[in-house]
Amino acid sequence: MNVEPRPLLNVRNLRKYFPVRSDRLMGPRLLVQAVDDVNFAIAEGETLGIVGESGCGKSTTARLLMHLIAPDAGEVWLGGKRLGGPDGLTLRQLRRSMQMVFQDSYASLNPRLSVQDSIAFSPRAHGVPAPQAIDKARELLALVGLDPDQFGRRYPHELSGGQRQRINVARALALEPKLVILDEAVSALDKSIEAQVLNLLMDLKRELRLTYLFISHDLNVVQYVSDHVLVMYLGKVVELGTVDDIYHRPRHPYTQALLASRPSMDPDVKIEQSPLAGDPPNPINPPSGCRFRTRCAFAEGVCEKVEPALTGIGRGHAVACHMRIPASGHTAGR
Amino acid sequence: MKPAGTDKIMLPFGADSGRPTAVEVPVGSVVQRTYWENVWRRVTRDPFTVACALVLMAIAAAALLAPWLGLPEPTLTDSARRLLPVGSPGHILGTDELGRDMLSRIIHGGRLSLMMGIVPVLIALMIGGSAGLIAGFVGGRVNMLIMRVTDVFYAFPSILLAVAIAGALGAGIGNALLAITIVFIPPITRVTESVTTQVRSMDFVEAARASGAGTLAIIRTHVLGNVLGPIFVYATVLISVSIVISAGLSFIGLGASPPAAEWGLMLNTLRESIFLAPLNAILPGFMIFITSMCFNLISDGLRSAMDVRL
Ligand SMILES: Nc1ncnc2c1ncn2[C@@H]1O[C@H](COP(=O)(O)OP(=O)(O)OP(=O)(O)O)[C@@H](O)[C@H]1O
Ligand code: SF4
Ligand SMILES: [Mg+2]
Repeated sequence: MNVEPRPLLNVRNLRKYFPVRSDRLMGPRLLVQAVDDVNFAIAEGETLGIVGESGCGKSTTARLLMHLIAPDAGEVWLGGKRLGGPDGLTLRQLRRSMQMVFQDSYASLNPRLSVQDSIAFSPRAHGVPAPQAIDKARELLALVGLDPDQFGRRYPHELSGGQRQRINVARALALEPKLVILDEAVSALDKSIEAQVLNLLMDLKRELRLTYLFISHDLNVVQYVSDHVLVMYLGKVVELGTVDDIYHRPRHPYTQALLASRPSMDPDVKIEQSPLAGDPPNPINPPSGCRFRTRCAFAEGVCEKVEPALTGIGRGHAVACHMRIPASGHTAGR
Repeated sequence: MKPAGTDKIMLPFGADSGRPTAVEVPVGSVVQRTYWENVWRRVTRDPFTVACALVLMAIAAAALLAPWLGLPEPTLTDSARRLLPVGSPGHILGTDELGRDMLSRIIHGGRLSLMMGIVPVLIALMIGGSAGLIAGFVGGRVNMLIMRVTDVFYAFPSILLAVAIAGALGAGIGNALLAITIVFIPPITRVTESVTTQVRSMDFVEAARASGAGTLAIIRTHVLGNVLGPIFVYATVLISVSIVISAGLSFIGLGASPPAAEWGLMLNTLRESIFLAPLNAILPGFMIFITSMCFNLISDGLRSAMDVRL
């Protein structure tokens, strides 16, 4: 079973339903099925990319992993240990080995703290005395390519978006984590700056032997950075595989549609009509059976009645579609 | 790396707009200031705020030093020299209906009036501020409980509530202080709660939580600094309100009692002489107006000095 190197992160049956008020007065309590029964693992030193349309639960997954919000169900194993229990991880230990870079580079920095103080906050919270924490912060500034003398005492508003995101990366690295979650960490940046920060991230990963969970809706970027890719749709994992599997042998209709609809890198190729017309359905009342069936060209009776399980179809490649499950009842069979 | 001494700042114009896309600005020579240093600089460069601060400092200094200024006793009556007009020899601001020196009473009155303006706000700030901070940061049921209790007090206008409480407790400075403090706790709680809730939902607080820091460290480093400013501004406004309310309580006989010198009380005892010596009669009112106005304007100045986000 375990053909992969030992997984650093192992996520089992993760689930989060957000209660929301219905529009009607005294209406029933509704649940947004943001993350539903998500399973995956990341091997040490690898990058797992997560892609999917807006609202499919990528950020919620990240926040669940960091335990910034409590999961309704599921387990998160980090380095063979899970949170709680007598020999489990404490929340502090977990957050020490797992760090996160947020999408909004400005909002995620305290406007009233100089950037070196912002970076030094984490080590100080873990008991490092102030002078050493500041030294560490200045080292980290240099590590992310910012001159500490020039930038250390600046405030977030005195930096460009790219510089701010470097600060956020430095802060995430301050606790020397093993795993870094990058939630749309470069999405808000200009293309040229994005490339610079991406290269920095790749360099840091090599030098510090980091493991990344890279969340993005940009398929090209994910292809560039990832070893494995996970495709999410309405809170569910629909396909999981190596970059090669996902980008060259996609087996789920949703993955295929996503790839077909991505803007071509070649400006001469006209963007064809996206096969992914319309918006994803409401996560409050997702379609029965296969959640993608309302937009799937191959949907059949069985897709409405039975939920397709994530099924292995090759080494490390799994897909949740009845067409790929033998004897599922779908006419396309396998 | 960029050459030391300059920094390139990208401008939000495209390369084809014909405008420069970046500017070189000198750095290093530029003094780096903290946020509060910047606020201080902006406040001290605002003439209105500085003028108000100077006026208040003069009033406060005179009030504090009153016993050593060689003024006549503020309670010393002289029935032969009642209601001397402003500018009389020996009594620059005249005398009141019992022949007491107005200047001495105004200056001595500042002690009580300022104290009654500031003390309730300070106490309410400690109690309401903590309650609001807890409600805002902890959220959930704790928030519900604290905020519903403060809502009860909101059903009444603050002056009425102060009068009702002071009336129930009985006349006297201590009771007036207590009444005003009670009146101020709910609004301070509410303002603190709303600012804290706002700050708490910001990404940088989430990022701080993700660093594994404890709640207290997060509040100290990330929440307080962003909450204190607006609360402080609000408290300055409340001081001006407090001065007016306490004067009002004294005026209707629920605060300071004769023969003490207190602006609200003086306004009351002089009111029958308004046609005989109008200037004398409105002097205490003028002082109430000036001090409360100055606190108000300073609050405005602080607000705009702290608002700048660049
Ligand atoms: N605190 C919350 N309360 C209620 N619903 C929430 C909450 N947070 C997220 N959701 C809902 O959960 C779903 C998943 O949200 P999430 O932020 O994880 O999406 P995402 O994949 O990160 O999208 P994006 O690409 O836009 O960032 C959305 O429908 C969202 O509205
Ligand atoms: S299960 Fe059915 S509806 Fe879902 S993707 Fe496969 S074919 Fe389409
Ligand atoms: Mg997101």
